Amino acid sequence: MQPDSREIEVAVLVSVGRHPVTGRARRADQDARGVEVALTLPGARVRLLHAGPADDGSEEALRGYLGMGLDRLTRVEQPEGADVVPALAQRLAAAPPQLVIAGSRAERGEGSGLLPYALAEYLGWPLVNGLAEVEGIENGVATLLQALPRGQRRRLQVRLPAIITVDGAAPMARQSAFGPARRARLESCAEVAVMDKALGEWTLMPARKRPKRLKIIKAGSARDRFKAAAAKAEGGGGQLLTDVTPEQGAEAILKLLKEEGVLR
Amino acid sequence: MRENMNDSIRRDPRRAWIARNRLHPEHLSVLAALGEIGGGGAASEWLGPNGVIRRNPHAIGFIGPKGVKRIDRSGTQQGGQAPGQGRQAAQDSRRAVTIEDPAFLVAVVPDMTGGRLSGHDRDLLGLARRLADADPARPGAVLAVIFGEHKDSTLGEAGIDRLLHLEDAAFTGFSPEARLAVLAAVEREFAPHHWLLPDSPLGGADLGRRLALSLDERPATGVWQIEADGEAPLGWRCTARGAAESLDIQRPLPRVALALAECAEPVDETRHSAEPLSLTIEPPRILSRIEDLGQVAVDPAGVALAEAEFILSGGNGVKDWDGFHHAATVLAATEGASRVAVDDGFMARDRQVGATGTWVTARVYMAVGISGAIQHLQGIQRCDKVVTINRDPGCDMIKRADLAVIGDAAEILAALVEQVEQQRAEQHGGVRRDAA
Repeated sequence: MQPDSREIEVAVLVSVGRHPVTGRARRADQDARGVEVALTLPGARVRLLHAGPADDGSEEALRGYLGMGLDRLTRVEQPEGADVVPALAQRLAAAPPQLVIAGSRAERGEGSGLLPYALAEYLGWPLVNGLAEVEGIENGVATLLQALPRGQRRRLQVRLPAIITVDGAAPMARQSAFGPARRARLESCAEVAVMDKALGEWTLMPARKRPKRLKIIKAGSARDRFKAAAAKAEGGGGQLLTDVTPEQGAEAILKLLKEEGVLR
Repeated sequence: MRENMNDSIRRDPRRAWIARNRLHPEHLSVLAALGEIGGGGAASEWLGPNGVIRRNPHAIGFIGPKGVKRIDRSGTQQGGQAPGQGRQAAQDSRRAVTIEDPAFLVAVVPDMTGGRLSGHDRDLLGLARRLADADPARPGAVLAVIFGEHKDSTLGEAGIDRLLHLEDAAFTGFSPEARLAVLAAVEREFAPHHWLLPDSPLGGADLGRRLALSLDERPATGVWQIEADGEAPLGWRCTARGAAESLDIQRPLPRVALALAECAEPVDETRHSAEPLSLTIEPPRILSRIEDLGQVAVDPAGVALAEAEFILSGGNGVKDWDGFHHAATVLAATEGASRVAVDDGFMARDRQVGATGTWVTARVYMAVGISGAIQHLQGIQRCDKVVTINRDPGCDMIKRADLAVIGDAAEILAALVEQVEQQRAEQHGGVRRDAA
């Protein structure tokens, strides 16, 4: 074992989350999953990076990440309403890690999920989204599993340095321990703040319930409207094979399965 | 009647009464008039110029529901309606729209999951149509950029005016860099007024954010509503979801917008031309820094039933459960069951499909020996294709199915397994021969 040559620098970007029911500050779910991915990576030296204002509520939330088994977190102090992309990008460019892990969307503010993409653009690094697992890192190439819809996985290889984002498909974050969270250090450093002017011009309000889509029935006569309203779910125009041998039936099914591309 | 474009039958009770009453002074004229409406022109009986009754035997009667000519001698005959007329009218009700010289373009990049427009894509195209058709004096055209092969024949009916279809091996799998290069070429060549992408993970959400940053635009993400606003730079305002669905952000609509599902009504009144376009300048080949090694085999039994892509579901008609499990393994399908099979103890409770179990969203749902209780049919409402193997040709599942095979479930499943295994063996043989 040569620990030095195999060791890789991993920076995890963490943010202050928001509990969906109470609205209290907490560790953000996707970011915590990102920390979990980093902690389970063999030979990783993990550092946490956060950009945002320094106040009591956010400190509580950030210590939630530290309680997962890390001894320090760097907070780049930025005023409320600042655009954190330039500050984070400069910070990362000054001491570039090999891998940056971030949650795909923040739970506060605009939550547009643009930050990892903006960092990738700024640093010129490749970005992979929707990560499920890091399978391994060898010779500066990471093998990743990307989560596809319907529980499928796709294997990707990306040359480091790279940015990867995690969402709900990544493994659940471990519990945060209170004692280690209190003992760990929260370091602060300053970076020039660029204010986000556009965000200040927009109107933000609590989310309104989206209207439920109505089933619009366009029918000429009352009879058609009644039939549409009372209809059972029917495919319509289905193919019916009667009096066929099992082989012929199986052939027809196989043809459909192949057309749909579900057979591998 | 035909001028009115309305072919619902209008009954005149008074005329019907006169037609029944042979002693009524207007009886003959009314009969002739009714014959004119129903029988396609010719009256069957009329008073000739010399006072002789003339008859046209061909004009009598109507075509019955089974295609046989019927003659009704009671005198109430009002002429038959050609079968299928009403259905044809319903199909043709879409208005064809061709936009020759568009004032601007609205570019849409649909996901095309499984080679077809998804519901999300259709909603997005509806949104694009709203942007394009806002000003009738300056109609815009909707340009769809589609990567890879597609099997959708209703692209025009979804509201696409111009279609840029790119087929290349470079666009298969996870290829954001190659796709982005094409979109940049589209931007240079067509300079669309708006870019719309679905905000769906691993589809438009990823590509749209990359595109916005490469165009140096700040996109609106999670857009679910737009309204016209004269003060905004592009003439529209949008409402977008932010902060983990807990905020609504109202802002002017930027050039690049990523919209949620149900952001607008899909197009259903018009048919557009979907004219193929091509790029004059080939986009540069980009050496991708991300290599796609293809999909990984996932244990289908471990996939949650609600999100499984291919489900093999068994019901009361399955007698050979070992064969059923073997078929599921060979087909790499996730197993499901109807309530009867679960109650009888053949399958676990978490495998139950239907209103009282799991509501599934599979692309292909294969029901074996399931008659289709209404609760079960509710549970499979959102499946794309339903295949059923059943003994009873009259059951409800067959009405729902896209392909129904009547026969013994065990035999058909065994034949299917055999064919799939045979095919795999041939493929492997081919690969080995190539390698040798």
